[in-house]
Amino acid sequence: MDAILLQILNGLDKGSAYALIALGLTLIFGTLGVVNFAHGALFMIGAFCAVTLQKLLNLSFETVDESQKDFLGNPLKVETPYVEAWFGPEVGATIIDWSVPLAILFAIPIMLLVGYVMERGLIKHFYKRPHADQILVTFGLAIVLQEIVKYFFGANPIQTPPPDALSGSVDLGIMVGFDPNAIIYPIWRLVYFGFAVGIIGAVFSFLQFTTFGMVVRAGMADRETVGLLGINIDRRFTIMFGIAAAVAGLAGVMYGPLNPPNYHMGMDFLVLSFVVVVVGGMGSLPGAVLAGFLLGILESFASTTWATTTIPGINQIIIYLVAIIVLLTRPRGLMGRKGVMEE
Amino acid sequence: MAILRVKDVSKRFGGLKALTDVNLNVEENSVHAIIGPNGAGKSTLLNCLVGKLMPDTGSVLFNNNSVLGLEPFQINQMGISRVFQTPEIFGELTVMENMLIPIFAMRDGAFRMHAYETIANEKAVVEQAEAMLEEMNMADKREMHAASLSRGDKRRLEIGMCLSQNPRLLLLDEPTAGMARADTNNTIDLLKQIKDERDITIAIIEHDMHVVFSLAERITVLAQGTPLVEDTPENIRGNPKVREAYLGEAA
Amino acid sequence: MLGLNKKDTGLLIIVAILTLLAPFILNPFPEGSAMAQFNAGYPDLMQRFVIFGIFAIGFNILFGLTGYLSFGHAAFLGVGSYSAVWMFKLLSYNILPAIALSVVVAGLFSLLIGFVSLRRSGIYFSILTLAFAQMSFALAYSVLSNPKFNLTNGETGLQVYADDPQILQGANAPDLPHLFGLPMRATYTMDVGAWSFDFNAGYYLCAVVLMVVFYLSIRIFRSPFGMMLRAVKSNQQRMNYTGLNSKPYTLAAFVISGMYAGLAGGLMAAMDPLAGAERMQWTASGEVVLMTILGGTGTLIGPVLGAGFIKYFENIFSKINDNVLHSWFAFLPDGLEDAVVFVIHPFIGKGWHLTLGILFMLVVIYLPGGLVEGGQRLLNRFKRKKSNTDDATSGKTEPAE
Repeated sequence: MDAILLQILNGLDKGSAYALIALGLTLIFGTLGVVNFAHGALFMIGAFCAVTLQKLLNLSFETVDESQKDFLGNPLKVETPYVEAWFGPEVGATIIDWSVPLAILFAIPIMLLVGYVMERGLIKHFYKRPHADQILVTFGLAIVLQEIVKYFFGANPIQTPPPDALSGSVDLGIMVGFDPNAIIYPIWRLVYFGFAVGIIGAVFSFLQFTTFGMVVRAGMADRETVGLLGINIDRRFTIMFGIAAAVAGLAGVMYGPLNPPNYHMGMDFLVLSFVVVVVGGMGSLPGAVLAGFLLGILESFASTTWATTTIPGINQIIIYLVAIIVLLTRPRGLMGRKGVMEE
Repeated sequence: MAILRVKDVSKRFGGLKALTDVNLNVEENSVHAIIGPNGAGKSTLLNCLVGKLMPDTGSVLFNNNSVLGLEPFQINQMGISRVFQTPEIFGELTVMENMLIPIFAMRDGAFRMHAYETIANEKAVVEQAEAMLEEMNMADKREMHAASLSRGDKRRLEIGMCLSQNPRLLLLDEPTAGMARADTNNTIDLLKQIKDERDITIAIIEHDMHVVFSLAERITVLAQGTPLVEDTPENIRGNPKVREAYLGEAA
Repeated sequence: MLGLNKKDTGLLIIVAILTLLAPFILNPFPEGSAMAQFNAGYPDLMQRFVIFGIFAIGFNILFGLTGYLSFGHAAFLGVGSYSAVWMFKLLSYNILPAIALSVVVAGLFSLLIGFVSLRRSGIYFSILTLAFAQMSFALAYSVLSNPKFNLTNGETGLQVYADDPQILQGANAPDLPHLFGLPMRATYTMDVGAWSFDFNAGYYLCAVVLMVVFYLSIRIFRSPFGMMLRAVKSNQQRMNYTGLNSKPYTLAAFVISGMYAGLAGGLMAAMDPLAGAERMQWTASGEVVLMTILGGTGTLIGPVLGAGFIKYFENIFSKINDNVLHSWFAFLPDGLEDAVVFVIHPFIGKGWHLTLGILFMLVVIYLPGGLVEGGQRLLNRFKRKKSNTDDATSGKTEPAE
């Protein structure tokens, strides 16, 4: 029982990332009718927003401390981050420690801007082109974005640690009445899951309870009719693209402490997120979220020693296997609508 | 003899009864029109005949063989060709290629992997296609891309493609919808000529009364998913029930 | 000639001349000169040109004709490589059975994957093929490489070991891939003055294979079958109502292109008897998509041009470094020279993928017909200019084919 719970929990962090990326992909499918192969790159850019902020906060100036000597007897050079000099050592150190959560604030405007520029500058011209062209041009864009990040940050993963207070693990087992040490769970995973749930909730309530969201939902269902009502759908869709980009970006920002970001993380997630979208049902937002978590958890179960000894490597192929079965038995996915993206 | 027999066909979409107990016989070598107001179930009926939809109950016999459960291409191979409301042609291919494809389909069946042949060597097929283009007055347009044809020419091409297969039954789905008057009249003339020159049965679904009364020998009026009456054009014209259900409304 | 019309025969002859004379064409700079680093006439590079050309020609039969965009064709290439290496391990280093098996196995594998994937169309098809290819990659990388059942030798890659059976390997046969005793590595170097040209047995084998498969692809394009495949792309509904079953047509195209990929994979193993899982990764599938689009989708020569273009510039760009740039722009004033080098720097060397990505986007946006369309536009413009000077009234644009 506790082992099952542990695997479910283990699947939540990847599941959260899948769900967030798939949510953005589906928003873009549903509203703009565009297949965005660059969505993984947005996730990656988000993660590198956290990296950038961390680097910025660690920018230091050098002072020479005459009172201390290094091992050669020269005066010791001390690096002091500017933030520590400005806000005092304590506050400064805390700010640096909390750089990943702080990066959320840093990433939101950047991601919105990136999304806006992408949509206005490129995607807009592809609304009427075949899906194959959309795939191709966004695939090219993904390569370009990925290479730009590689140029500035190098090919190696960059550590983005969580704040001290949120690193380490908690014993969740005790809280729900299992034996001690049965379920030891890293705090940051809980944070990430909570964060993902928060974002998903925010997106859904935004679509559900605001006039803007209502129009967008109506547009997703029937673009032409809404257009006939004289509502400027295009502008709203541009904003929707920005939001989808921000969702992917934020998923990336917070993902850093789980896996150090590298330039190709977006592509790695993209392929799986597409599979998630297809399993969930093209054009269905709840389907994307549901399938994201389901597949994350499934992957975690397939990674247990029991599973991998029974079928070696099952953890590597389980998602694809499920996707193939789902597509063949339920072509519209778990919650898909009829005829979406069929042509 | 009836070449097409539709017996007790019903079809629902969820709660909506699209067709209820439709019975219909199309006599060989006749022109049979199916008319009715919007939403009467004309298109649903047509789709049941060509394999696009599966009726819930009833049977559809073509030449005494059931067509139910067959794929559209199998039904076509039995001798039914369909002309669509908006011309369905191969836009990216040339007019000549458009005409070659149905002739190959008729000769070679649903699939044949003649990957090492050259088209030019298939002299018999090419000649047939050229003759058909000639008949459709389109020989001068043979190298044009079909997508660049005018609306009326696209319609001619589509009809020509269907005729090139020598179908026993030609189904036309509102062939003049959205056409200018001149194009409509041209199409009527073309269909008349086809009817006179060939052994062919034509079933036509049409909204435009002008087209129906210039062509049809029998007319079935469909209303609310069920045949109201079937008769000759003259009698249909005078039938008060039809006037009530359809003509009054349309006029 | 050979059942082709004049234009196609010309195309075939051009390809034949280009491939047969490649050792000269690709080595235009004398040995030891400053420009010698831009020579591309090395056997292994020329082999890559041709092998990827074959891969792209095959991919184009599926994507160019039917419009089905597969993102998983690298899987068939990888399967081809593995099959060939297994033939080396079990039978002998003779490449003929190895390549034959790689084509057959890739054909069967693509029949299986195509049968399943082609039940869906559009973007679903692309994602299904992607999923299958990634699954094959995972299978090759880890699942099928365990002590009990080692089919792929995982991360190390499959290769021939001294204790492999090689039951048909003769005592005198070369201990590396060969064709009836002629080793694929055999190279004859011709020195003409300062120039030096390499004639490599493996390259010429690949070149002959390329010409054959290019000829076959012309036949397919011009056949009734090819016309049916274009009909699939154009209007499946009409096709269905014309009595044609589009599924076997697309499946046949899928299998043919899978066999081309398997052939390319087999040749790759024949040039270098090693097969690794990374050949199956989806980035490799993406590469063949890039080649085909860049060259010109649905055109005969496009994929060959695209493959050559990408592989050539990949090689050249990775050789350019800042020193080379400085020497090129030495004529500029110092400050300007540094600025120019600084601007170009991200696009060269390891930045080749950035250049490729940008180039690819530009092609998709502005030149959907790829290099071939670009060439035609240039030609038309040139013709128009000429005819304008000859006769001002006949200056009309010719419709691009």
